[in-house]
Amino acid sequence: MDFGFKLNPSSAVNLDTVDRARYDRLVQLEPDALTCIGCGSCSATCTAAPWSGMSVRKVILGLQRGQDDEVDSMLSRCMLCGKCTMVCPRGINTRHLILTLCRLNRKGEIVR
Amino acid sequence: MVNRTPVIAIIGAGIAGLEAARQLNDLGYKPILIEKAPVTGGHVAEWNRLFPDMSPAADLVQSLESQTAKVRTMTGTEIASINRLKDGYSLILSDGETLVCEAVLFATGFHLFDASKKEEYGYGIYEKVITNRDLEQWFNTRHDPRIGHPKAVGFVHCVGSRDVKAGNTQCSKVCCITAIKQAIEIKEEFPEAEVYCFYMDLRLFGKKYEDFYIKAQRDCGIHFIRGRVSEVGEAIDGRVVVKAEDTLSGKPVKVTLDLLVLMAGIICNSDAQHYAQQVGVAVDDDGFLKSRDNVGAIVESSRPGIFFAGACTGAKTVPETLAEARSAALAIHRYFSKRG
Ligand SMILES: Cc1cc2nc3c(=O)[nH]c(=O)nc-3n(C[C@H](O)[C@H](O)[C@H](O)COP(=O)(O)OP(=O)(O)OC[C@H]3O[C@@H](n4cnc5c(N)ncnc54)[C@H](O)[C@@H]3O)c2cc1C
Ligand code: SF4
Ligand code: SF4
Ligand code: SF4
Repeated sequence: MDFGFKLNPSSAVNLDTVDRARYDRLVQLEPDALTCIGCGSCSATCTAAPWSGMSVRKVILGLQRGQDDEVDSMLSRCMLCGKCTMVCPRGINTRHLILTLCRLNRKGEIVR
Repeated sequence: MVNRTPVIAIIGAGIAGLEAARQLNDLGYKPILIEKAPVTGGHVAEWNRLFPDMSPAADLVQSLESQTAKVRTMTGTEIASINRLKDGYSLILSDGETLVCEAVLFATGFHLFDASKKEEYGYGIYEKVITNRDLEQWFNTRHDPRIGHPKAVGFVHCVGSRDVKAGNTQCSKVCCITAIKQAIEIKEEFPEAEVYCFYMDLRLFGKKYEDFYIKAQRDCGIHFIRGRVSEVGEAIDGRVVVKAEDTLSGKPVKVTLDLLVLMAGIICNSDAQHYAQQVGVAVDDDGFLKSRDNVGAIVESSRPGIFFAGACTGAKTVPETLAEARSAALAIHRYFSKRG
């Protein structure tokens, strides 16, 4: 039925129900991902970021907040150049993390 | 007064007072500890394990107490008034005794912010909201019906600190690391629990503190959410619903918890302000006692014969407090050596 207006869906993240399956699997395979401090060095140095919105920081955070669409769209922009790995202060192998993530589906199963 | 061993009244027998008494005694002075509480040890006596080594707090307190066993210690004693004399001070105690001394060391420590003043967090209203102090006590006694077997636990940083509305703009300095320490301890106690820390900034400045942070992240999987909790409500089943903004993703977040721990901050002890007024030493903007100089003379007041040690001048960790207590003892020694 058309009421002539619509409600915007809430942008709030409900941590009670958020599905972290892919994140949980990722950190099993890449435990260092847990130590991300959200400093943004990876995104700042990324050659693809200014044009594509790629950000390893946002990928790691997005996985924890159930933002799968955004995560997948960002991942598709990565050139795997590895520049981000060189700057991460926590020593996270971000390039490898991206590769591992590309092998997982949204349920966290290894599909590739 | 000239020919006797100088008497130094130490107000407060927390770790600052005890350590200073030990040093002064060793240096040949006559320290007298005046403690308002029925026991010595101050706040540390309430804690369970101390960061960064997770050493038992009781061991430290016991060791300080046994090393000051010979020092005259008056517990359960308050000071009715302090008066300045020509070259010393006289203290009228709550039991009617008058104590004449050559120097006074303030070791009056801090007060823990009363978390029920931040009503929006529901301490004292909702059953499942407790404080950092309550949790330390539970680690000691294992007795607190509010705790149970939580599956989701949250920690709120900066409760009553860095908050103009609470009247305290200063950072309490020890509560970020205490939150992480307690979060790790909760995770060790309840491995199945999801644990969240809500912070504005993480201020982890000390030796080994960053290791705690990495451990909390990597080994314990604690979720750090950068955003200040705006409000807490009670769900119908008695659990608490916490709302904040996840400022890193720019989205509001909501989570239901079985236990919420408020990191109540370190604020000034109003007793100290009262005495400071009587002897004419200054109080700083943050309400803590004002040192002669915050770089080179933290343990000295602007008045001859009045010294400070520990958290009475601002938030301090245990090692900082102990170092200051020793430093104050030396400053007192120098004061008497110069006076001859
Ligand atoms: C939740 C929490 C956990 C902490 N955990 C740690 C930790 O793990 N490691 C660490 O390094 N630090 C820790 N700290 C910091 C630590 O508690 C302080 O460094 C320490 O308590 C400072 O000692 P103090 O003697 O200066 O003050 P206090 O401990 O406050 O002692 C002051 C003493 O003076 C007495 N007193 C006050 N007013 C009067 C008066 N008018 N007359 C007579 N006596 C008076 C009090 O009764 C008390 O005994 C923690 C702090 C908090 C809030
Ligand atoms: S590997 Fe990908 S995310 Fe990292 S800098 Fe290169 S393009 Fe950016
Ligand atoms: S550089 Fe490393 S720590 Fe910083 S945001 Fe990127 S992944 Fe996280
Ligand atoms: S130490 Fe951390 S929790 Fe405590 S007041 Fe400072 S920033 Fe807030």
